[in-house]
Amino acid sequence: MDKSLRGKGAIIGIGELRPMRRRPDRTGIGLAAEVAIEAIADAGLLKEDVDGLITELALGEPAALAEYLGIRPRWAHGVNMFGATAAIMVPLATMAVSTGMANNVVCVINTPAGDVLPGMGAPNTYQANYEFPYGPGVAQNSNYAMIAQRHMFEFGTTQEQLAKIAVDQRFNAQANPLAAFYGTPLTVDDVMNSRMVSDPLKLLECVMPTTGAAAMVITSADRAKAGPHPPVYLLGAGVSIEHGIPPAHAIKMVDTPVKFSARQAFQNAQLSPRDMDMLSLYDCYTITVAVSLEDAGFCKKGEVGDFASSMDFTYKGNLPLNTHGGQLSFGQSGLAGGFSHVIESARQMMGRAGDRQVEKLDFCFVNG
Amino acid sequence: MPEYTLPLPQPTILHQPMWDAFKQHRLVVQRCRACDMMFIFAREHCPRCWASDLEWYEVSGRGRLYTYTTVRQPMHPAFNELVPYVYAIVQLDEGPRLPSNLVNVPIEDVQVDMPLRVVWDDVTSEFTLPKFEPDPDGLPRRMPHQTGATRVHASGVPAYTPAPA
Repeated sequence: MDKSLRGKGAIIGIGELRPMRRRPDRTGIGLAAEVAIEAIADAGLLKEDVDGLITELALGEPAALAEYLGIRPRWAHGVNMFGATAAIMVPLATMAVSTGMANNVVCVINTPAGDVLPGMGAPNTYQANYEFPYGPGVAQNSNYAMIAQRHMFEFGTTQEQLAKIAVDQRFNAQANPLAAFYGTPLTVDDVMNSRMVSDPLKLLECVMPTTGAAAMVITSADRAKAGPHPPVYLLGAGVSIEHGIPPAHAIKMVDTPVKFSARQAFQNAQLSPRDMDMLSLYDCYTITVAVSLEDAGFCKKGEVGDFASSMDFTYKGNLPLNTHGGQLSFGQSGLAGGFSHVIESARQMMGRAGDRQVEKLDFCFVNG
Repeated sequence: MPEYTLPLPQPTILHQPMWDAFKQHRLVVQRCRACDMMFIFAREHCPRCWASDLEWYEVSGRGRLYTYTTVRQPMHPAFNELVPYVYAIVQLDEGPRLPSNLVNVPIEDVQVDMPLRVVWDDVTSEFTLPKFEPDPDGLPRRMPHQTGATRVHASGVPAYTPAPA
Protein backbone atom coordinates (compact mmCIF):
# COMPACT_ATOMS: atom_id res chain seq x y z
CA MET A 1 0.00 0.00 0.00
CA ASP A 2 1.23 3.45 -0.91
CA LYS A 3 1.46 5.29 2.38
CA SER A 4 2.51 8.67 0.99
CA LEU A 5 0.05 11.54 0.55
CA ARG A 6 1.25 12.12 -3.00
CA GLY A 7 -1.73 13.19 -5.11
CA LYS A 8 -4.33 12.01 -2.57
CA GLY A 9 -5.87 15.39 -1.81
CA ALA A 10 -6.27 18.73 -3.50
CA ILE A 11 -7.20 22.31 -2.78
CA ILE A 12 -10.37 23.02 -4.76
CA GLY A 13 -11.61 26.30 -3.28
CA ILE A 14 -10.16 29.39 -1.63
CA GLY A 15 -11.36 32.46 0.23
CA GLU A 16 -9.37 35.42 1.47
CA LEU A 17 -9.95 38.89 2.88
CA ARG A 18 -7.89 41.96 2.17
CA PRO A 19 -5.64 42.54 5.22
CA MET A 20 -6.57 45.75 7.01
CA ARG A 21 -5.10 47.57 9.97
CA ARG A 22 -8.34 47.37 11.95
CA ARG A 23 -11.87 46.04 11.49
CA PRO A 24 -13.72 47.67 14.38
CA ASP A 25 -17.01 46.99 12.62
CA ARG A 26 -16.55 43.20 12.55
CA THR A 27 -16.04 40.23 14.86
CA GLY A 28 -13.23 37.71 14.49
CA ILE A 29 -15.61 34.78 14.09
CA GLY A 30 -17.60 36.77 11.53
CA LEU A 31 -14.45 37.18 9.43
CA ALA A 32 -13.76 33.44 9.76
CA ALA A 33 -17.28 32.57 8.64
CA GLU A 34 -17.08 34.96 5.68
CA VAL A 35 -13.97 33.33 4.21
CA ALA A 36 -15.23 29.81 4.98
CA ILE A 37 -18.47 30.50 3.08
CA GLU A 38 -16.48 32.05 0.24
CA ALA A 39 -14.13 29.06 -0.02
CA ILE A 40 -16.98 26.52 0.05
CA ALA A 41 -18.80 28.37 -2.73
CA ASP A 42 -15.54 28.72 -4.66
CA ALA A 43 -15.18 24.93 -4.50
CA GLY A 44 -18.65 24.53 -5.97
CA LEU A 45 -19.89 22.87 -2.79
CA LEU A 46 -22.94 23.36 -0.59
CA LYS A 47 -23.10 23.69 3.17
CA GLU A 48 -24.21 20.03 3.41
CA ASP A 49 -21.07 18.86 1.58
CA VAL A 50 -18.69 20.09 4.28
CA ASP A 51 -17.99 17.33 6.78
CA GLY A 52 -14.51 18.29 8.00
CA LEU A 53 -13.25 21.43 9.72
CA ILE A 54 -9.78 22.58 10.70
CA THR A 55 -9.28 25.88 12.46
CA GLU A 56 -6.61 27.64 14.40
CA LEU A 57 -6.39 26.43 17.97
CA ALA A 58 -7.91 29.44 19.66
CA LEU A 59 -9.91 28.53 22.73
CA GLY A 60 -13.24 27.00 21.79
CA GLU A 61 -12.52 26.70 18.07
CA PRO A 62 -13.31 24.69 15.98
CA ALA A 63 -16.50 24.01 17.94
CA ALA A 64 -17.42 27.69 18.03
CA LEU A 65 -17.06 28.06 14.27
CA ALA A 66 -19.00 24.86 13.54
CA GLU A 67 -21.81 26.12 15.74
CA TYR A 68 -21.71 29.60 14.18
CA LEU A 69 -21.89 28.15 10.65
CA GLY A 70 -24.52 25.58 11.61
CA ILE A 71 -22.46 22.67 10.32
CA ARG A 72 -21.86 19.30 11.96
CA PRO A 73 -18.42 18.11 10.90
CA ARG A 74 -17.65 14.42 11.48
CA TRP A 75 -13.98 15.25 11.68
CA ALA A 76 -12.49 18.41 13.19
CA HIS A 77 -9.19 19.65 14.46
CA GLY A 78 -7.64 22.76 16.02
CA VAL A 79 -4.03 23.51 15.21
CA ASN A 80 -1.49 26.17 16.14
CA MET A 81 1.98 25.83 14.67
CA PHE A 82 2.66 29.57 14.60
CA GLY A 83 3.44 30.76 11.07
CA ALA A 84 3.35 27.20 9.75
CA THR A 85 -0.27 26.64 10.83
CA ALA A 86 -1.85 27.11 7.39
CA ALA A 87 0.82 25.14 5.53
CA ILE A 88 0.41 22.24 7.97
CA MET A 89 -3.37 22.26 7.44
CA VAL A 90 -2.79 21.05 3.86
CA PRO A 91 -1.27 17.65 4.73
CA LEU A 92 -3.53 17.42 7.80
CA ALA A 93 -6.69 17.82 5.70
CA THR A 94 -5.27 15.53 3.03
CA MET A 95 -4.70 12.86 5.68
CA ALA A 96 -8.37 13.18 6.63
CA VAL A 97 -9.81 13.03 3.11
CA SER A 98 -7.48 10.26 1.96
CA THR A 99 -8.44 8.00 4.88
CA GLY A 100 -12.17 8.63 4.67
CA MET A 101 -12.37 10.57 7.92
CA ALA A 102 -14.02 13.33 5.90
CA ASN A 103 -14.83 14.07 2.28
CA ASN A 104 -14.52 17.84 2.14
CA VAL A 105 -12.50 19.66 4.78
CA VAL A 106 -12.69 23.42 5.16
CA CYS A 107 -9.63 25.00 6.79
CA VAL A 108 -10.06 28.45 8.32
CA ILE A 109 -7.86 30.98 10.11
CA ASN A 110 -8.88 34.43 11.23
CA THR A 111 -7.44 37.17 13.40
CA PRO A 112 -9.33 39.11 16.02
CA ALA A 113 -11.11 41.91 14.21
CA GLY A 114 -10.12 44.72 16.56
CA ASP A 115 -6.77 46.28 17.29
CA VAL A 116 -3.88 44.16 16.08
CA LEU A 117 -0.94 46.30 17.13
CA PRO A 118 1.62 43.96 18.68
CA GLY A 119 1.13 43.70 22.40
CA MET A 120 3.42 42.29 25.00
CA GLY A 121 1.34 39.32 26.06
CA ALA A 122 2.15 37.26 29.11
CA PRO A 123 5.65 35.80 28.88
CA ASN A 124 6.07 32.04 29.04
CA THR A 125 8.47 30.71 31.68
CA TYR A 126 11.40 30.76 29.25
CA GLN A 127 10.79 34.37 28.26
CA ALA A 128 10.15 35.41 31.87
CA ASN A 129 13.43 33.96 33.14
CA TYR A 130 15.79 34.34 30.19
CA GLU A 131 14.57 37.11 27.89
CA PHE A 132 12.21 39.69 29.38
CA PRO A 133 14.57 40.91 32.16
CA TYR A 134 17.01 42.02 29.42
CA GLY A 135 14.50 43.90 27.27
CA PRO A 136 14.00 42.15 23.91
CA GLY A 137 12.41 44.15 21.10
CA VAL A 138 8.73 44.21 20.27
CA ALA A 139 7.21 41.22 18.46
CA GLN A 140 10.00 38.96 17.14
CA ASN A 141 12.14 41.87 15.96
CA SER A 142 15.20 41.18 18.08
CA ASN A 143 15.22 37.41 17.54
CA TYR A 144 15.24 37.73 13.75
CA ALA A 145 17.57 40.73 13.87
CA MET A 146 20.07 38.56 15.74
CA ILE A 147 19.76 35.84 13.10
CA ALA A 148 20.49 38.46 10.43
CA GLN A 149 23.43 39.83 12.44
CA ARG A 150 24.94 36.37 12.79
CA HIS A 151 24.32 35.59 9.09
CA MET A 152 26.14 38.79 8.14
CA PHE A 153 29.04 37.86 10.40
CA GLU A 154 29.38 34.28 9.18
CA PHE A 155 28.76 34.85 5.49
CA GLY A 156 29.21 38.55 4.75
CA THR A 157 25.55 38.97 3.76
CA THR A 158 24.69 42.66 3.27
CA GLN A 159 21.63 44.72 4.14
CA GLU A 160 21.17 45.66 0.48
CA GLN A 161 21.00 41.98 -0.46
CA LEU A 162 18.27 41.37 2.13
CA ALA A 163 16.47 44.56 1.08
CA LYS A 164 16.26 43.24 -2.50
CA ILE A 165 13.89 40.49 -1.26
CA ALA A 166 11.48 43.08 0.14
CA VAL A 167 11.71 45.12 -3.06
CA ASP A 168 10.91 42.22 -5.41
CA GLN A 169 8.01 41.15 -3.23
CA ARG A 170 6.69 44.72 -3.25
CA PHE A 171 6.85 44.71 -7.04
CA ASN A 172 4.63 41.62 -6.97
CA ALA A 173 2.19 43.31 -4.62
CA GLN A 174 1.65 46.05 -7.21
CA ALA A 175 -0.24 43.44 -9.22
CA ASN A 176 -2.31 42.27 -6.22
CA PRO A 177 -5.23 44.57 -5.36
CA LEU A 178 -5.77 42.65 -2.10
CA ALA A 179 -2.27 43.52 -0.81
CA ALA A 180 -2.02 46.06 2.02
CA PHE A 181 0.77 47.84 0.11
CA TYR A 182 -0.91 47.74 -3.31
CA GLY A 183 -0.19 51.08 -4.96
CA THR A 184 3.00 51.72 -2.96
CA PRO A 185 6.13 50.60 -4.87
CA LEU A 186 9.46 50.30 -3.12
CA THR A 187 13.16 50.65 -3.95
CA VAL A 188 16.26 49.30 -2.21
CA ASP A 189 17.03 52.90 -1.19
CA ASP A 190 13.59 53.18 0.40
CA VAL A 191 14.31 50.08 2.49
CA MET A 192 17.82 51.27 3.42
CA ASN A 193 16.51 54.70 4.37
CA SER A 194 13.65 53.34 6.47
CA ARG A 195 13.87 53.56 10.23
CA MET A 196 16.12 51.05 11.98
CA VAL A 197 13.87 48.97 14.26
CA SER A 198 16.32 46.40 15.59
CA ASP A 199 19.80 46.47 14.09
CA PRO A 200 20.34 45.36 11.39
CA LEU A 201 16.61 45.12 10.54
CA LYS A 202 15.00 48.17 8.97
CA LEU A 203 11.30 48.93 9.24
CA LEU A 204 10.56 47.86 5.65
CA GLU A 205 12.11 44.43 6.28
CA CYS A 206 9.50 43.69 8.96
CA VAL A 207 5.87 42.65 8.56
CA MET A 208 2.99 44.96 9.35
CA PRO A 209 0.35 43.38 11.61
CA THR A 210 -3.14 43.43 10.12
CA THR A 211 -6.53 41.85 10.59
CA GLY A 212 -7.67 39.31 8.06
CA ALA A 213 -8.82 35.79 7.42
CA ALA A 214 -8.41 33.03 4.87
CA ALA A 215 -9.93 29.64 4.13
CA MET A 216 -9.56 26.74 1.74
CA VAL A 217 -11.42 23.55 0.93
CA ILE A 218 -9.49 20.32 0.52
CA THR A 219 -11.06 17.23 -0.96
CA SER A 220 -9.96 13.75 -1.93
CA ALA A 221 -8.41 13.00 -5.32
CA ASP A 222 -11.50 11.19 -6.62
CA ARG A 223 -13.70 14.23 -5.98
CA ALA A 224 -11.17 16.88 -6.93
CA LYS A 225 -11.96 17.14 -10.62
CA ALA A 226 -15.67 17.77 -10.07
CA GLY A 227 -15.13 21.35 -8.93
CA PRO A 228 -15.18 24.51 -11.05
CA HIS A 229 -11.40 25.08 -10.82
CA PRO A 230 -8.35 22.98 -11.68
CA PRO A 231 -7.51 21.06 -8.48
CA VAL A 232 -4.20 21.80 -6.80
CA TYR A 233 -2.78 18.48 -5.63
CA LEU A 234 -0.55 17.97 -2.62
CA LEU A 235 2.51 16.04 -3.83
CA GLY A 236 4.67 16.02 -0.74
CA ALA A 237 4.88 17.52 2.73
CA GLY A 238 7.34 17.59 5.58
CA VAL A 239 7.33 18.98 9.10
CA SER A 240 10.30 19.59 11.34
CA ILE A 241 10.48 21.09 14.80
CA GLU A 242 13.68 21.89 16.67
CA HIS A 243 12.75 24.64 19.11
CA GLY A 244 10.14 27.32 19.69
CA ILE A 245 10.51 30.92 18.61
CA PRO A 246 14.22 31.16 17.66
CA PRO A 247 15.81 31.21 21.10
CA ALA A 248 19.40 31.50 22.20
CA HIS A 249 19.85 27.75 22.36
CA ALA A 250 19.02 26.95 18.75
CA ILE A 251 21.83 24.73 17.58
CA LYS A 252 22.87 27.28 14.96
CA MET A 253 20.88 30.45 14.68
CA VAL A 254 21.51 30.72 10.93
CA ASP A 255 20.04 27.25 10.31
CA THR A 256 16.35 26.43 10.37
CA PRO A 257 14.42 23.13 10.52
CA VAL A 258 13.36 23.92 6.93
CA LYS A 259 16.32 21.84 5.84
CA PHE A 260 14.60 18.74 7.23
CA SER A 261 10.99 19.55 6.35
CA ALA A 262 11.89 20.58 2.77
CA ARG A 263 13.97 17.45 2.21
CA GLN A 264 11.06 15.26 3.26
CA ALA A 265 8.59 17.19 1.11
CA PHE A 266 10.81 16.89 -1.96
CA GLN A 267 11.35 13.19 -1.29
CA ASN A 268 7.59 12.56 -1.00
CA ALA A 269 6.97 14.50 -4.18
CA GLN A 270 9.86 12.82 -6.02
CA LEU A 271 10.94 16.30 -7.10
CA SER A 272 13.85 18.61 -6.37
CA PRO A 273 14.23 22.36 -5.77
CA ARG A 274 15.14 22.91 -9.42
CA ASP A 275 11.78 21.49 -10.50
CA MET A 276 9.92 24.30 -8.74
CA ASP A 277 8.39 27.02 -10.90
CA MET A 278 7.47 29.36 -8.03
CA LEU A 279 8.02 29.67 -4.30
CA SER A 280 5.87 30.92 -1.45
CA LEU A 281 8.16 31.25 1.55
CA TYR A 282 7.12 32.40 4.99
CA ASP A 283 8.32 35.97 5.42
CA CYS A 284 7.93 37.64 8.79
CA TYR A 285 11.23 39.39 8.00
CA THR A 286 13.54 39.44 4.97
CA ILE A 287 16.06 37.23 6.78
CA THR A 288 13.36 34.56 7.20
CA VAL A 289 13.05 34.26 3.42
CA ALA A 290 16.84 34.26 3.06
CA VAL A 291 17.52 31.37 5.42
CA SER A 292 14.52 29.42 4.05
CA LEU A 293 15.90 29.73 0.50
CA GLU A 294 19.17 28.24 1.75
CA ASP A 295 17.70 25.51 3.93
CA ALA A 296 15.14 24.38 1.31
CA GLY A 297 18.04 23.91 -1.09
CA PHE A 298 17.48 26.72 -3.60
CA CYS A 299 21.01 27.95 -2.90
CA LYS A 300 23.86 26.85 -0.66
CA LYS A 301 24.08 27.83 3.01
CA GLY A 302 25.72 31.22 3.25
CA GLU A 303 25.25 32.12 -0.41
CA VAL A 304 21.79 33.63 -0.28
CA GLY A 305 23.13 37.19 -0.43
CA ASP A 306 24.60 36.76 -3.90
CA PHE A 307 21.68 34.52 -4.87
CA ALA A 308 19.13 37.22 -3.97
CA SER A 309 21.11 39.83 -5.92
CA SER A 310 21.30 37.70 -9.04
CA MET A 311 17.77 36.25 -9.14
CA ASP A 312 14.57 37.97 -10.23
CA PHE A 313 11.93 37.07 -7.64
CA THR A 314 9.12 38.94 -9.38
CA TYR A 315 6.22 37.11 -11.00
CA LYS A 316 7.88 37.80 -14.36
CA GLY A 317 11.26 36.63 -13.10
CA ASN A 318 13.38 33.50 -13.27
CA LEU A 319 12.31 32.41 -9.76
CA PRO A 320 8.94 33.92 -8.80
CA LEU A 321 8.82 34.26 -5.02
CA ASN A 322 5.88 35.39 -2.89
CA THR A 323 3.97 36.60 -5.92
CA HIS A 324 1.17 38.02 -3.73
CA GLY A 325 3.70 40.32 -2.11
CA GLY A 326 4.44 38.02 0.80
CA GLN A 327 3.39 39.07 4.26
CA LEU A 328 5.91 41.91 3.96
CA SER A 329 3.73 43.59 1.34
CA PHE A 330 0.41 41.76 1.71
CA GLY A 331 0.17 42.24 5.50
CA GLN A 332 0.48 39.75 8.34
CA SER A 333 -2.92 38.83 9.71
CA GLY A 334 -1.76 36.80 12.68
CA LEU A 335 -1.68 33.08 11.87
CA ALA A 336 -3.70 33.86 8.74
CA GLY A 337 -0.54 35.62 7.51
CA GLY A 338 1.05 32.29 6.74
CA PHE A 339 -2.20 31.30 5.00
CA SER A 340 -1.59 33.97 2.35
CA HIS A 341 1.30 31.87 0.96
CA VAL A 342 -0.92 28.79 0.65
CA ILE A 343 -3.81 30.74 -0.90
CA GLU A 344 -1.55 32.49 -3.41
CA SER A 345 0.07 29.21 -4.40
CA ALA A 346 -3.35 27.64 -5.00
CA ARG A 347 -4.56 30.70 -6.89
CA GLN A 348 -1.52 30.65 -9.15
CA MET A 349 -1.74 26.89 -9.72
CA MET A 350 -5.41 27.29 -10.67
CA GLY A 351 -4.37 29.98 -13.16
CA ARG A 352 -6.43 32.65 -11.38
CA ALA A 353 -3.69 35.15 -10.45
CA GLY A 354 -4.63 37.74 -13.04
CA ASP A 355 -1.94 40.25 -13.98
CA ARG A 356 0.64 38.51 -11.84
CA GLN A 357 -0.02 35.00 -13.20
CA VAL A 358 3.20 33.00 -13.47
CA GLU A 359 3.27 31.73 -17.06
CA LYS A 360 4.96 28.37 -16.84
CA LEU A 361 3.71 26.78 -13.65
CA ASP A 362 3.62 23.08 -12.90
CA PHE A 363 5.08 22.86 -9.41
CA CYS A 364 5.07 25.25 -6.46
CA PHE A 365 6.95 25.09 -3.14
CA VAL A 366 5.27 26.51 -0.02
CA ASN A 367 6.61 26.77 3.50
CA GLY A 368 5.39 28.20 6.76
CA MET B 1 17.97 52.06 46.19
CA PRO B 2 15.58 53.66 43.66
CA GLU B 3 12.63 51.51 42.74
CA TYR B 4 13.44 49.06 39.93
CA THR B 5 10.76 49.37 37.25
CA LEU B 6 11.91 46.86 34.62
CA PRO B 7 10.36 43.38 34.40
CA LEU B 8 11.73 40.96 36.98
CA PRO B 9 12.18 37.24 36.44
CA GLN B 10 9.27 34.98 37.35
CA PRO B 11 10.99 31.87 38.68
CA THR B 12 9.22 28.54 38.78
CA ILE B 13 10.56 25.76 40.98
CA LEU B 14 12.77 24.90 38.00
CA HIS B 15 14.40 28.33 37.83
CA GLN B 16 14.65 29.25 41.52
CA PRO B 17 18.06 27.59 42.11
CA MET B 18 19.48 29.54 39.16
CA TRP B 19 18.28 32.87 40.55
CA ASP B 20 19.56 31.91 44.01
CA ALA B 21 23.01 31.26 42.52
CA PHE B 22 22.93 34.52 40.54
CA LYS B 23 22.19 36.35 43.80
CA GLN B 24 25.49 34.92 45.09
CA HIS B 25 27.17 36.06 41.85
CA ARG B 26 27.69 32.50 40.67
CA LEU B 27 26.92 31.95 36.97
CA VAL B 28 25.33 28.51 36.70
CA VAL B 29 23.87 26.38 33.93
CA GLN B 30 22.09 23.06 34.15
CA ARG B 31 24.30 20.05 33.63
CA CYS B 32 23.41 16.39 33.16
CA ARG B 33 25.46 14.21 35.50
CA ALA B 34 24.86 11.22 33.22
CA CYS B 35 26.14 12.62 29.92
CA ASP B 36 27.76 16.02 30.70
CA MET B 37 25.30 17.92 28.51
CA MET B 38 25.03 21.56 29.63
CA PHE B 39 22.09 23.84 28.84
CA ILE B 40 20.38 26.98 30.09
CA PHE B 41 16.73 26.25 29.26
CA ALA B 42 15.79 24.72 32.61
CA ARG B 43 14.28 21.26 32.47
CA GLU B 44 13.63 18.21 34.62
CA HIS B 45 15.23 15.93 32.02
CA CYS B 46 18.37 16.08 29.92
CA PRO B 47 17.42 16.82 26.30
CA ARG B 48 20.22 14.56 25.06
CA CYS B 49 19.95 11.36 27.17
CA TRP B 50 16.68 12.01 29.09
CA ALA B 51 18.33 11.36 32.44
CA SER B 52 16.81 13.31 35.31
CA ASP B 53 20.02 13.49 37.33
CA LEU B 54 20.66 17.18 36.72
CA GLU B 55 22.64 19.75 38.68
CA TRP B 56 23.31 23.47 38.57
CA TYR B 57 26.92 23.78 37.47
CA GLU B 58 29.04 26.90 37.94
CA VAL B 59 30.71 28.08 34.74
CA SER B 60 33.61 30.44 34.23
CA GLY B 61 31.56 33.48 33.31
CA ARG B 62 33.64 33.95 30.16
CA GLY B 63 32.30 33.72 26.67
CA ARG B 64 31.93 35.42 23.33
CA LEU B 65 29.28 37.55 21.69
CA TYR B 66 27.37 35.09 19.48
CA THR B 67 25.05 37.75 18.06
CA TYR B 68 23.27 40.93 19.16
CA THR B 69 20.84 43.62 18.20
CA THR B 70 20.37 47.21 19.24
CA VAL B 71 16.87 47.53 20.64
CA ARG B 72 15.07 50.71 19.62
CA GLN B 73 11.46 49.59 20.19
CA PRO B 74 11.25 47.39 23.30
CA MET B 75 8.64 44.73 23.94
CA HIS B 76 8.05 46.06 27.46
CA PRO B 77 7.32 49.81 27.73
CA ALA B 78 9.43 50.06 30.90
CA PHE B 79 12.53 49.81 28.69
CA ASN B 80 11.48 52.77 26.51
CA GLU B 81 13.63 55.31 28.31
CA LEU B 82 16.75 53.12 27.99
CA VAL B 83 16.82 52.82 24.17
CA PRO B 84 19.02 52.29 22.32
CA TYR B 85 20.63 49.42 24.22
CA VAL B 86 22.27 46.13 23.28
CA TYR B 87 20.33 42.88 23.64
CA ALA B 88 22.73 40.04 23.09
CA ILE B 89 23.21 36.31 22.97
CA VAL B 90 26.38 35.23 24.73
CA GLN B 91 28.03 31.92 24.00
CA LEU B 92 29.68 30.75 27.19
CA ASP B 93 33.10 29.11 26.90
CA GLU B 94 31.46 25.95 28.26
CA GLY B 95 29.01 25.83 25.33
CA PRO B 96 25.53 27.04 26.30
CA ARG B 97 24.19 30.36 25.04
CA LEU B 98 22.08 32.81 26.97
CA PRO B 99 20.35 36.13 26.29
CA SER B 100 21.68 39.10 28.24
CA ASN B 101 22.73 42.73 27.90
CA LEU B 102 26.15 44.19 27.16
CA VAL B 103 27.40 46.89 29.50
CA ASN B 104 30.52 49.04 29.78
CA VAL B 105 30.94 49.22 25.99
CA PRO B 106 29.75 51.87 23.51
CA ILE B 107 27.26 50.45 21.00
CA GLU B 108 29.52 51.34 18.07
CA ASP B 109 32.31 49.15 19.51
CA VAL B 110 30.13 46.03 19.77
CA GLN B 111 31.21 43.28 17.36
CA VAL B 112 30.10 39.68 16.93
CA ASP B 113 32.59 37.23 18.49
CA MET B 114 34.13 39.79 20.85
CA PRO B 115 35.31 38.19 24.13
CA LEU B 116 33.08 38.85 27.13
CA ARG B 117 32.97 38.27 30.85
CA VAL B 118 30.09 38.33 33.28
CA VAL B 119 29.31 41.31 35.51
CA TRP B 120 26.57 41.26 38.11
CA ASP B 121 23.70 43.71 38.28
CA ASP B 122 21.99 43.51 41.69
CA VAL B 123 18.73 45.02 40.50
CA THR B 124 16.67 44.31 43.65
CA SER B 125 17.31 42.68 47.00
CA GLU B 126 15.84 39.52 45.49
CA PHE B 127 17.23 39.40 41.96
CA THR B 128 20.66 39.76 40.37
CA LEU B 129 21.00 39.73 36.59
CA PRO B 130 24.10 38.42 34.82
CA LYS B 131 25.25 40.94 32.23
CA PHE B 132 28.39 40.98 30.13
CA GLU B 133 31.24 43.37 29.40
CA PRO B 134 34.29 43.16 27.11
CA ASP B 135 36.91 40.78 28.50
CA PRO B 136 40.37 42.34 28.15
CA ASP B 137 41.95 38.93 28.84
CA GLY B 138 39.90 37.05 26.23
CA LEU B 139 41.26 35.73 22.95
CA PRO B 140 40.96 38.34 20.20
CA ARG B 141 37.98 38.34 17.88
CA ARG B 142 38.29 35.70 15.16
CA MET B 143 37.40 35.78 11.50
CA PRO B 144 34.16 33.94 10.71
CA HIS B 145 35.92 30.95 9.12
CA GLN B 146 37.86 30.42 12.36
CA THR B 147 34.82 30.20 14.59
CA GLY B 148 33.70 26.87 13.14
CA ALA B 149 30.49 25.10 13.98
CA THR B 150 28.76 26.12 17.13
CA ARG B 151 29.14 23.50 19.81
CA VAL B 152 26.09 23.28 21.98
CA HIS B 153 26.46 19.67 22.95
CA ALA B 154 29.58 20.38 24.96
CA SER B 155 31.95 17.50 25.52
CA GLY B 156 35.08 17.50 27.66
CA VAL B 157 33.30 19.27 30.47
CA PRO B 158 35.65 20.09 33.35
CA ALA B 159 35.24 18.08 36.54
CA TYR B 160 32.36 19.17 38.69
CA THR B 161 33.29 21.26 41.71
CA PRO B 162 30.49 21.78 44.19
CA ALA B 163 29.88 25.40 44.99
CA PRO B 164 30.64 26.45 48.58
CA ALA B 165 27.58 26.08 50.76
